[in-house]
Amino acid sequence: MIPETISFAQILFLGLAALAVVAAFNIILQRNPIYSALSLIVTLCVTAALFLLLSAPFIAVLQIIVYAGAIMVLFVFVIMLLNVRGEESRTDRQRYLKWLAPPLFLALVGEVFLVIRYVQSTPPPIISANNPDINPAQSLGSAESIANSLFTKYVLPFEMTSVLILMAIVGAMLLARRGSKEEIERIEQALAADQVELEEADRMDLVGKE
Amino acid sequence: MSELINSIDTHFIIEALIKIVIVFVIGLLSPLSMNWIERRMLALIQNRLGPNRVGPFGLFQSIADGIKFLFKEDIVPLAANRWLYTLAPVVAVIPAFMVGIVYPFGEKINLPYIGETTLYVTRFNVALLYVLAMTSLAIYGIVLAGWGSNSKYSLLGGLRSSAQMISYELSLSLALIGAILQAGSLDLVNIVNQQSGWWGMKWFIFFFQPLGFLIYLISAIAETNRVPFDLPEAETELVGGFHTEYSSSLKFAMLFMAEYVNMLTVSILATVVFLGGWNGPLVKDYPLLGLLYFFLKVGFFMFLYIWLRGTLPRFRYDQLMDFGWKVLLPLALLNIVISAVIGVLAY
Repeated sequence: MIPETISFAQILFLGLAALAVVAAFNIILQRNPIYSALSLIVTLCVTAALFLLLSAPFIAVLQIIVYAGAIMVLFVFVIMLLNVRGEESRTDRQRYLKWLAPPLFLALVGEVFLVIRYVQSTPPPIISANNPDINPAQSLGSAESIANSLFTKYVLPFEMTSVLILMAIVGAMLLARRGSKEEIERIEQALAADQVELEEADRMDLVGKE
Repeated sequence: MSELINSIDTHFIIEALIKIVIVFVIGLLSPLSMNWIERRMLALIQNRLGPNRVGPFGLFQSIADGIKFLFKEDIVPLAANRWLYTLAPVVAVIPAFMVGIVYPFGEKINLPYIGETTLYVTRFNVALLYVLAMTSLAIYGIVLAGWGSNSKYSLLGGLRSSAQMISYELSLSLALIGAILQAGSLDLVNIVNQQSGWWGMKWFIFFFQPLGFLIYLISAIAETNRVPFDLPEAETELVGGFHTEYSSSLKFAMLFMAEYVNMLTVSILATVVFLGGWNGPLVKDYPLLGLLYFFLKVGFFMFLYIWLRGTLPRFRYDQLMDFGWKVLLPLALLNIVISAVIGVLAY
């Protein structure tokens, strides 16, 4: 099975891919949400390294900035803020979800198979030490080529996504504001009720200097 | 197996390794020297003497502290999450040092015996984004230290730092975008070369990016958790913030080192993007002068950190958030619009 010649890049790939798979399994095997989040960060960073092996440094760096550096920080922040403990799982509420997993997994495997089997296109050239004279706008995975396709070929989906995100932000703010006002009133009323029901035995005594 | 070895360019590897070691040593020495300079300078500002007993002018104080860090008993609090508590300093220090490979100290110089070499480990076409990516990972060290310590001061420090760093990272990146638009490149060496006109004085800070520079400077200080934005470790409120439970051992030394190396990184980035890197008068005739200019500029920013620490009080937390989101972010967006308009008109 082992090929006779194996390049340095292949060794790197095998090591990184194994690490990515192990970390990905660790996400679902860990019970403590913060360990799961950390495993996900490892997976994302390793995926970024795999992009680097594919000579796509721009995508690799974006992967780290957007996912590991921004989104996962928010995840970890929320887990810490709510101080979610290890055993607080919500599996019973979403029991039907596990019947969804096998078909989704099969669909994913099928999709990967179809892509490998039927999509045949010659990839664009890559800037490397061997051919450094390629125009960056035409090479794969450079900032120029991605910007070019985002603002020409895919400008409509790109702008629509940004509008969608804006809508989500405005919606989140609206929900947060409305919720908090009612919440504060409820808490204030509860506190008032507590004070009315207070008995003398509950009160604190000041002991010490007169 | 022999083919595998042949496929590796040994000359390239050795050159890169030597440079990496040099950059690593610079990274290790900067906290040591900065610590001494900071304490002496602060003392000067506050009319004290500062450390002056160990060696001439107290120069060896940092080394003495380093030895203390090495030999002091390493205490893990009972309630702490032992694994995360140990992991946090490592997570903090590794990305901080990883940025080192793109520090551009200069372009090509001729060294005796060695020949022509470049004064950076590597350059690639998204180096600036690479620096941002690594600094965005720095936050995990602080957050994990805060959470893993399982103490209320540490947790508050960690929470504050994640909110603060997320907020200021935005304006930091947006402030850089103006300069990127003007340079038309994400490669740090290219960005410096764009600023070589006007006898080496065509720096982006004079040439269209003064606002961007100001926003970058403020956000960078907040991003590195320094006074007046040192809410995550605010001694007067949170004891020591996220590193309260780290008992001056090697782990604390690593957190400390990460903070100073991050300061060095943002100072170098400011120098490269806004102050023309190694450019300056007469650099074309004497290339080594560029190295001097570079370190003078970086030194200026490091001095600025100390100066601010000696003179400014701390922000209040809500003011800090308001300032980041309602002042810096809109200004940074305005700066992008200005840069884009100038870019369209000028070219």
